[in-house]
Amino acid sequence: MISVENLSKSFILHILGEKRIEACRDVSFSVPRGGFLGLSGPSGAGKSTVLKCIYRTYLPGGGEVWYDSATRGRVNLAALPDREVIDIRTREMGYVSQFLKVIPRVSALDVVMEPILARNRVTRDEARRRAGGLLERLRIPSHLFDAYPATFSGGEQQRINIAHAVSWKPRLLLLDEPTASLDRDSVGIVLDILKELRNEGTTMIGIFHDAELMETVTDSIFRIR
Amino acid sequence: MRMRDWLDADDERQARGESRLVGYPFGFMDEGAKREVRRSILKAIAIPGYQVPYGSREMPISRGWGTGGIQVTLALILPEDVLKVIDQGCDGSVNAVNIKKFVQAVADVQITTDTTSATVIQTRHRIPEEPMTAGQILVLQVPYPEALREVEPSEAETRRMHAEADYGRMWLFLYEDIVKYGEISISYRYPVTVNGRYIMDPSPVPRWDVPKLHMAETLFLFGAGREKRIYAIPPHTRVEPLEFEDHLFRVENFSGKACSRCGASDTFMDEIIDDETGERLYCCSDSGYCDKRHGKCSL
Amino acid sequence: MQPLIRVRGLSKRFGAGCTLCLSSTGPDRESNVCPHCGSVVACNDVSFDLYRNEALGIVGESGSGKSTLVRLLHFEWDASDGSVELHRSAAVPALEDLFADDADYSHNLPGLSPFRKRQVRNSLMGIVYQNPFLGLRMQVSAGGNIAERLLGAGWRNIRGMRKRSAELLERTEIPVERMDEPPKNFSGGMQQRVQIAKALSNKPLILFLDEVTTGLDLSVQARVLDLIRSIRSEFSLSLLVVSHDLGVINLLCQRTMVMKYGRVVEAGLTDQILQDPQHRYTQLLVASQL
Repeated sequence: MISVENLSKSFILHILGEKRIEACRDVSFSVPRGGFLGLSGPSGAGKSTVLKCIYRTYLPGGGEVWYDSATRGRVNLAALPDREVIDIRTREMGYVSQFLKVIPRVSALDVVMEPILARNRVTRDEARRRAGGLLERLRIPSHLFDAYPATFSGGEQQRINIAHAVSWKPRLLLLDEPTASLDRDSVGIVLDILKELRNEGTTMIGIFHDAELMETVTDSIFRIR
Repeated sequence: MRMRDWLDADDERQARGESRLVGYPFGFMDEGAKREVRRSILKAIAIPGYQVPYGSREMPISRGWGTGGIQVTLALILPEDVLKVIDQGCDGSVNAVNIKKFVQAVADVQITTDTTSATVIQTRHRIPEEPMTAGQILVLQVPYPEALREVEPSEAETRRMHAEADYGRMWLFLYEDIVKYGEISISYRYPVTVNGRYIMDPSPVPRWDVPKLHMAETLFLFGAGREKRIYAIPPHTRVEPLEFEDHLFRVENFSGKACSRCGASDTFMDEIIDDETGERLYCCSDSGYCDKRHGKCSL
Repeated sequence: MQPLIRVRGLSKRFGAGCTLCLSSTGPDRESNVCPHCGSVVACNDVSFDLYRNEALGIVGESGSGKSTLVRLLHFEWDASDGSVELHRSAAVPALEDLFADDADYSHNLPGLSPFRKRQVRNSLMGIVYQNPFLGLRMQVSAGGNIAERLLGAGWRNIRGMRKRSAELLERTEIPVERMDEPPKNFSGGMQQRVQIAKALSNKPLILFLDEVTTGLDLSVQARVLDLIRSIRSEFSLSLLVVSHDLGVINLLCQRTMVMKYGRVVEAGLTDQILQDPQHRYTQLLVASQL
């Protein structure tokens, strides 16, 4: 489903006198369809870098990222034109970051509803029902649905973030420390949701700060040196 | 009398020292001037509603008193023409009389107050009530030829607006009138679209007269001497006042009123306060027409 | 899918120009002004595609040429060079003749007569300026401002126009009772929203937003941006968002171009530009963000 081959990424900081920072070198791994790969390694090893290179937030310096797209066949994400990347992100590939990107004046419910409305062809009511259900599962009380997440706690924001990323059921989901700010019970709920997604066919690559957690949740682990 | 015959006869009068044309040609304007005005008139007829700039000559009347109309008349007039001149509908007003006398002197034409027997009618601010024919020409005196001046003070910009048919601002002006007053408040100089293309100012004639321009038999010529523009509406041309589907163009309402002289209730009327009795009376603005209906009036 | 608008090599120079203009100006030379002839190279060789239903950001500082680009695309200024072509799917009946028989793209739009350019502009484009005095007639009622575009398109029914104006005012959260008031009495945020209502009146395909929230209070800015986001998805608009504020660009746009001294120095996905900037100037810009 997705195969990373010899991925390398360096940053050249022009404003610091052309200082070169190597983020990752020669990373290769692959994930079968429906699989869940964990990325592990010491801090600074390049785990986030790899995820961001796949999602194309970073421009890979070398190597390829082969992805079996549902709409385009087998493509190298590293070399795709911007528009195609946007299309893949819109239709197939999701990303859960560590923090919620707060959009002013958009309520918690709307944050989760928008991707459903944009990507899945359902009615507004159906989208609201699904979004509401997901938020409730993640223990966001319904009286907060109309509130703006900017004032929520870190944990609440992150749960909304996760709901936002999974609500439209992407084919490929990239997770960057999604449970770092959550309490144990919330973590359990999130893992259940992820398992259900996997059962429906989503492929996942994730970084977890908790090694034990990662062992239980993923199929295999790739260690970046 | 044909031009040629008249000139021949005048040569003889000159020889006897009896010609009135001393120091100027027939029609007061020299041939070069007349030719330019005629060319401008032809261009104006070819582009209905479009303001043709021309070199406006000095006339023995000040600017603002009808020099544009006079130049058009003088460029066209022939000894065989019959001339009528009216000012706000009246043959007897001082300015109409002076212009009539002047043209009579320099072109040796007959003059009349009867619309139906005139061949050329020069007018300020009114169109005669009796419909004119294909054999007649109406020459209108125009103070401000630019229909868009109300919304745009710059001449360069109004020229561009006409060239590009960019008339949105004029329509917006009318929309705002309706929003403010419930109707379009323009009374005279009501803007019209000519031949579906140019927006034109029909000169300060009342709304009453605007429908007379549409698909008429006669040629309408507009002369602005101070502003140096000539424009025209040829016969059988569409002339449509700017209006909205739900706010149509309306003429003045004289229902229930009649002319105190001749009794007409279907003409454009002036409101007059009787000096002695203080009474409010209505009188036909077109004095020639009123006279015909009534006979000589006593006011 | 093919782009809605194709821009290639669009350039604008003020002044006579000389052979050294291009090599003496730009980000490497840190100037727009040619030292040899004094001409100003406001923007040079800008090429990009704009697709349906997407928001493209243009970020840069003063002198970057970003506003010039909008003026060129909105046909306010004449381009010195380059082409702008429209995709056939955007053609309304009045614009059919802009396309050769089988061509997917129109003739070069900047080369058209002013009358045709205005036709294209009125049918397809809307614009919102930073300064509402540029985009609105302050002496004309709010409803009148919106109606002006409809009148230009040939609407001749007062009730119909007022109904459409009222719809747009409602959509932009302006009290409909204020429709007949001139916008000079409105607050800054409300004036911006009248501009948005006006820009939408003719159902454009492309909306130009030139620093529309710069200078507004934060809460007002949030409201305006939220409105823009929702109308974009509702009306499937293409947005061209010009701003020096990376936060605004990040909020609205999926793709971004970075301009400096009239040239495009970098272009890409917005999150890539912000998190992995390649060009020296982009790195400086991102590092300077509050």
